[in-house]
Amino acid sequence: MNKETTQANGTASTVDLVKKSLARRYKSEKRFRMMGLLAVIFSLACLASLFISIFGSGYTAFQQTVIELEIELDPLVLNPNNLSGADFNGLVKTSFFKLFPEVTDRREKKKLFSLLSSGASYQLMDIIKTHPEKIGTAISLWVPADDDVDMLMKGHINRSLPEAERRLDDVQLSWIDRLAEKGKIKKKFNTTFFTAGDSREPELAGIWGATCGSFYTLIITLLLSFPIGVAAAVYLEEFAPKNRFTDVIEVNINNLAAVPSIVFGLLGLAVFLGFFGLPRSSSLTGGLVLTLMTLPTIIIAGRAALKSVPPSIREAALGIGASKTQMVAHHVLPLAMPGMLTGAIIGMARALGETAPLLMIGMVAFIVDIPGGFTAPSTALPVQIFLWADSPERGFMEKTSAAIMVLLLFLVVMNSAAVFLRKKYEKRW
Amino acid sequence: MNPLYILIILLLMTSAGYYLGRKRALVFTDKTGGPKTLHSRPVYYGTLTALWCAVPSLFIFSFWMMCESTVITDMVISKLPESVQTLPSDRLNLVMNDVRNLVDKNMVSGEESADLRTAADYYLHLRSVSRGALFVLIMAAGIAGISILRHRIRPELRARNHVERVIYYVLIACSILAIFTTIGIVLSVLYESIRFFKIIPIQEFLFGLEWSPQMAIRTDQVGSSGAFGAIPVFTGTLLVSAIAMAVAVPVGLMSAIYLSEYANKKFRAFAKPLLEILAGIPTVVYGFFAALVVAPVIRDTGALINLDISSESALAAGLVMGVMIIPFVSSLADDVINAVPQGLRDGALSLGSTQSETIRHIVVPAALPGIVGGVLLAVSRAIGETMIVVMAAGLSANMTLNPLKTVTTVTVQIVTLLVGDQEFDSPKTLAAFALGLLLFVVTLILNIIALYVVKKYREQYE
Repeated sequence: MNKETTQANGTASTVDLVKKSLARRYKSEKRFRMMGLLAVIFSLACLASLFISIFGSGYTAFQQTVIELEIELDPLVLNPNNLSGADFNGLVKTSFFKLFPEVTDRREKKKLFSLLSSGASYQLMDIIKTHPEKIGTAISLWVPADDDVDMLMKGHINRSLPEAERRLDDVQLSWIDRLAEKGKIKKKFNTTFFTAGDSREPELAGIWGATCGSFYTLIITLLLSFPIGVAAAVYLEEFAPKNRFTDVIEVNINNLAAVPSIVFGLLGLAVFLGFFGLPRSSSLTGGLVLTLMTLPTIIIAGRAALKSVPPSIREAALGIGASKTQMVAHHVLPLAMPGMLTGAIIGMARALGETAPLLMIGMVAFIVDIPGGFTAPSTALPVQIFLWADSPERGFMEKTSAAIMVLLLFLVVMNSAAVFLRKKYEKRW
Repeated sequence: MNPLYILIILLLMTSAGYYLGRKRALVFTDKTGGPKTLHSRPVYYGTLTALWCAVPSLFIFSFWMMCESTVITDMVISKLPESVQTLPSDRLNLVMNDVRNLVDKNMVSGEESADLRTAADYYLHLRSVSRGALFVLIMAAGIAGISILRHRIRPELRARNHVERVIYYVLIACSILAIFTTIGIVLSVLYESIRFFKIIPIQEFLFGLEWSPQMAIRTDQVGSSGAFGAIPVFTGTLLVSAIAMAVAVPVGLMSAIYLSEYANKKFRAFAKPLLEILAGIPTVVYGFFAALVVAPVIRDTGALINLDISSESALAAGLVMGVMIIPFVSSLADDVINAVPQGLRDGALSLGSTQSETIRHIVVPAALPGIVGGVLLAVSRAIGETMIVVMAAGLSANMTLNPLKTVTTVTVQIVTLLVGDQEFDSPKTLAAFALGLLLFVVTLILNIIALYVVKKYREQYE
């Protein structure tokens, strides 16, 4: 009896203990779970704020402020036989000053003319050169405004600030307001941004040059890294004997995949530029450096794709008399190809976003011309973003964000292609 | 003769070789009764012929192209007037540059002199002779290759084995490229570093407490004598990386645990790809985000509570770098957590522990080696990360552990020392390579340890 009671008491106390602690344990369970959820939410919030801040500051760059000018194409100024020597700037000046006849003072005139972009006269020159028959007539032309005017029109310049702290003073503001009243100033879609190269003037700068540079660089990277990567993956996965040498290659590849990208830049600088004497800041050199950088990624992805092909396929091919090379080329490779292509696209996407090694080989130079080939000096999209992000002008900030949006768009397209390939062709054995 | 045309002609010859070889093999089958009498399929005879045509010619071509410019330059120099020939070698290089520019018809520096003009004409003449010779040589080599093989084609020629051996060697060559890359990295960085250590002693570099790489241009210049002590630079790197890891490890680990142990399928399918987007964003974008959004926010918050925070604080760069590394940590942790056998979890749950207790006492300890390996990889990535710190961290090498101050990192210094005009033997440029060597060695050690740990861990549960 006595014994039973103690036992009953003992069990009761254990249950009590557990029950007492249960509330605490459930609480900590809940807390732990909340922490996990918070961690996920924190990461997603970072992603969201990144996108919002970039889109928020960048979407205005797709519009550009332009000013309408009535230009008399005076045949006395424009000699059709000597167009390059003609004073286009003067023509633009006179027609712009006609809108403000009351401005006569030289300093005032200079201030007034600074509202126009220096690209206006080049635009006029291009038009005359393509349509020389227009000389002698009057044309109406929308020319780009200066970046300060552009910023004002987009609301990035605060009118209520004291005059000294503004980029535009009161007189200039009143001129712009008069232009706006007459409907001579408007915002239009910014084609310059997509067709021009780099420029010191934000309103004339575009990403086409950088896009071309990135394109040439990626072509080199793809043409070299994909075949070499596939070949290396095939060797390591299908042919290589298990020995010391193969181990060394494997360890090497895994290590290279984790070497900081800037070190590849140092390699490019010392070997490709210094030793082989390849042209500096060319997309050829950039492509070679990025090839070395993406190779490990492609090899690792390729090996995973080859591994996923079941051995029965290999045995069947060998069984009907195919040689090992035939077995790989005719049966294993076609089945592994979607996986390899996915890996290659992901590697290319990484190469497209890579900046640091390109800085090392001089692709960071200020290049206005659109690169015309693999050896021409060029820059790349992420490097252009880096350059613009360093520029102090407010106008370049929105350009940077816009260029980032374009870069992200390319990346989204490439990654969706990879996902699509994987979904469509991936086989589960 | 443009080299491109030579290559195109070689390509045509190779295709002709393929066709001829295949046809030759088929002739035999007609005579002896069907393709089964051939050792290999006709394709292989064609391919072998094409290889015999292309491979020797390509070797000749690349060798010729490598030597051509040096040989021609030497010959042109020997024809230059005596006064030019005796110039010091760097001046002579300039003259030759002018000649080459003249040849490429984009003369920019100064007017062309008669001497230069004749030299350029001679250069052009030599080049056309060389290209012509190359063309003839390659034609000869290609035709010789094709005809030799055509004579050797017999039904019993083991064409497939020959072709496959060539393919095998090509595959090996492609794999060895990885080794060459590593050797290239080590040699290029080491070579310049050794030159650097000849000027600045290695112990001064490794243990020096001051970093200001501005060298005096004139000997009597005051102040900037150049100090190359890597300790402050390395402290800065470690500080930024530590901040990044303080963000990335808890957040990445907790999200991996939540997504693999708690989240339902739908939430997982939604959140995981979004997390992976974070990993796909280029680092230059993070750099822009850090410099233009995060840093001002931190500075303004600091100003609110009367704290003086530099606008290039280590905190901003570190935080953003941490966000960048979150998906890296979480996907690695996800892998290792999923590799823990379900039996361990079931055992713990059946003993009455709650899910969080199971995770904390069973799953995480079991997965710990893998997690540690992943974290080490993440650290090596943080140390080597460049663009975020270049855009958001500063240039001045302060030796401080205060995250609100400006610090500089190894990668920032490499970029600032090497971007822009540079001469190859000033200690300033060479210092960048020494830093690169340091960076490479440190990340290499971290990677090797991490890969080893991860591999050992995987084997444990396989």
